[in-house]
Amino acid sequence: MTGDPLFADGVDLVVVALVIIKALVAFTIVVVGVIFMIWFERKVLADMQNRIGPNRAGKWGMLQTLADGVKLIFKEDLRPDRSDPLVFRLAPYLSVAPAFLIFTIVPIGGSFTGGNDGRVEIFGRETWLQVADPPVGVLFLIAMSSIAVYGVMLAGWSSGSKYPLLGSVRASAQMVSYEAALGLSVVAVVLLSGSLSTHDIVVAQAGSILNWNVIATAFVPFAIFCVAATAELNRPPFDLVEAEQELVGGFHTEYSSIRFGMFFLAEFMNTITMSAIIVTLFLGGPSGPVLFGPAFIWGILWFTVKLLAFLFTFVWLRATLPRYRYDQLMDLGWKRLIPLSLGWLLLIGAINIGRDAGWSRPLVLAGGLAVLFISGALLFAAIRVAEGRRHADEFGEVTAV
Amino acid sequence: MGYFDGFKVTLKQIFQPRVTSEYPDEKRPKPVRHHGRHVLSRYEDGMEKCIGCELCAGVCPARCIYVRGADNPPEAPVSPGERWGFIYEINYLRCIHCDLCVEACPTEAITESKMFEFSFTNRDDAIYTRSELLVDDDGRPQKLPWEDWREGDDEHTSAWMRATSPNGSAAYEGRISWSGELGYGVRAAEAGQSGEPDLAPPKDLEARVDSRYGDDDTAVGERASDYEPAGPRASGGKGDSA
Repeated sequence: MTGDPLFADGVDLVVVALVIIKALVAFTIVVVGVIFMIWFERKVLADMQNRIGPNRAGKWGMLQTLADGVKLIFKEDLRPDRSDPLVFRLAPYLSVAPAFLIFTIVPIGGSFTGGNDGRVEIFGRETWLQVADPPVGVLFLIAMSSIAVYGVMLAGWSSGSKYPLLGSVRASAQMVSYEAALGLSVVAVVLLSGSLSTHDIVVAQAGSILNWNVIATAFVPFAIFCVAATAELNRPPFDLVEAEQELVGGFHTEYSSIRFGMFFLAEFMNTITMSAIIVTLFLGGPSGPVLFGPAFIWGILWFTVKLLAFLFTFVWLRATLPRYRYDQLMDLGWKRLIPLSLGWLLLIGAINIGRDAGWSRPLVLAGGLAVLFISGALLFAAIRVAEGRRHADEFGEVTAV
Repeated sequence: MGYFDGFKVTLKQIFQPRVTSEYPDEKRPKPVRHHGRHVLSRYEDGMEKCIGCELCAGVCPARCIYVRGADNPPEAPVSPGERWGFIYEINYLRCIHCDLCVEACPTEAITESKMFEFSFTNRDDAIYTRSELLVDDDGRPQKLPWEDWREGDDEHTSAWMRATSPNGSAAYEGRISWSGELGYGVRAAEAGQSGEPDLAPPKDLEARVDSRYGDDDTAVGERASDYEPAGPRASGGKGDSA
């Protein structure tokens, strides 16, 4: 596969201008998206809790986010006496930058039907509707979401205060744990698409809904990715990082004014980008049927619809589920999601190899599932034995095996 | 589907009717005995009801009332009685709106309105003086600059808020036996009170007094037994020495 057709004929001034315009437009989309998302979340949450929600600023309270932003900017910017000045100032940027950078690799439009690869023509140049398409797109995604951990960790550490520190320790442990499950479920997608580039992943899913990775990988990696992404975003039910009732707000307790605003921005930016990534990796990105009119509009439309569905789901989760206990969170991550995604990855790998080698498909499937089941049973037996031993260590007798 | 029932619950809420009343835009009807800020009432002929007896100040648990009485000027009396309250101050930084002053007032002079939306920004404003508390010539409370009223808010606010009957006897509770009020006349009964003014004692008065005070009709404190060690009937086991 080749890269963005924009660079096929060398780089001149128009190309540079186009890249800058694309970056600006993407940034605008994300920021406007955040403004929308905060309002949307508060409104939907209010609906689900039988309240009214913001309704003062603008029609249906749509300008509430702007009003909050203006308020935050004009608040006093405090820095605790014992904080580390440089790191304290750096942390919010470390939070915001990765959130935006992830969005740059998301294809947000273009027609993928009938063999098209989603290119559109702007200023006489053909290009894809995404800011960048690095050949290592998925790796870039994982790298950036790891950097976001630094923002949280450094913010908590540099505050020189105990609750933020506790919050950030929780945060980094949680994010690192779920990073593994996240990565392993993405590998399944990469295995099917045969490429790390997000654009190629979308192209591989085009044509029919059966090509979408959510179906092609048999749903399990999709479910794991969704759970891990929710944990990665520190959204309920995995919002132990902020846990107002326990940690007074977690890592950003000592932040005020626009610095706090940037964490807030990053959080919602991450929600949007992560939803966009789920749509890209599993739900075919902007691909979908073109009913009438120009094709590239339908791409944007399908992408927006899919994105909104996920944003709504995140709010729905928040309205419904109580927060996980910390040990439950770790159990779920390490003892369930990681083994499951690893096993599923091996199963998909076995099926692929069987197809290439011409083995009988039902046989491979049955054998793979049997191995998966047996090893799963062994794993859970091992976990139970370990728990029983620990229990015996603590209470002096074997009761819980 | 036990795991997913919760999602159904939250989703269903979206289509439920909202019960929120959008407060500053619309106000809900207030309870009958809502305790708001006080007013100093006047009789129907415009005379002030307050006689400066200071009972309200005496009973106030928050010590927020300050009253001074003086003899009425003979040629231009302010109140029908002998004396009038020439200083009357309530400090709303202290007032707990317990309504004991209203209970104590022998002339129904101090009553509580249903208005509670007043937010002063300095301590002087928090102390309502006699001229601010007094109802105007139409019997309506005065609107002070820091009070938030809407059209019609003051209509039913000069209210008789006493829990017991005006003459202090519980036997009269729920019966109209109060005096007329400037701008309102003799106010109608509220929910739970009987209709027409009825100044005659209730028919079962004797029975009710008997059931409370015993067989003779001397009041509590007038009988010698009130000051003796508790008798066998009310002893509860401790005064059993005959």
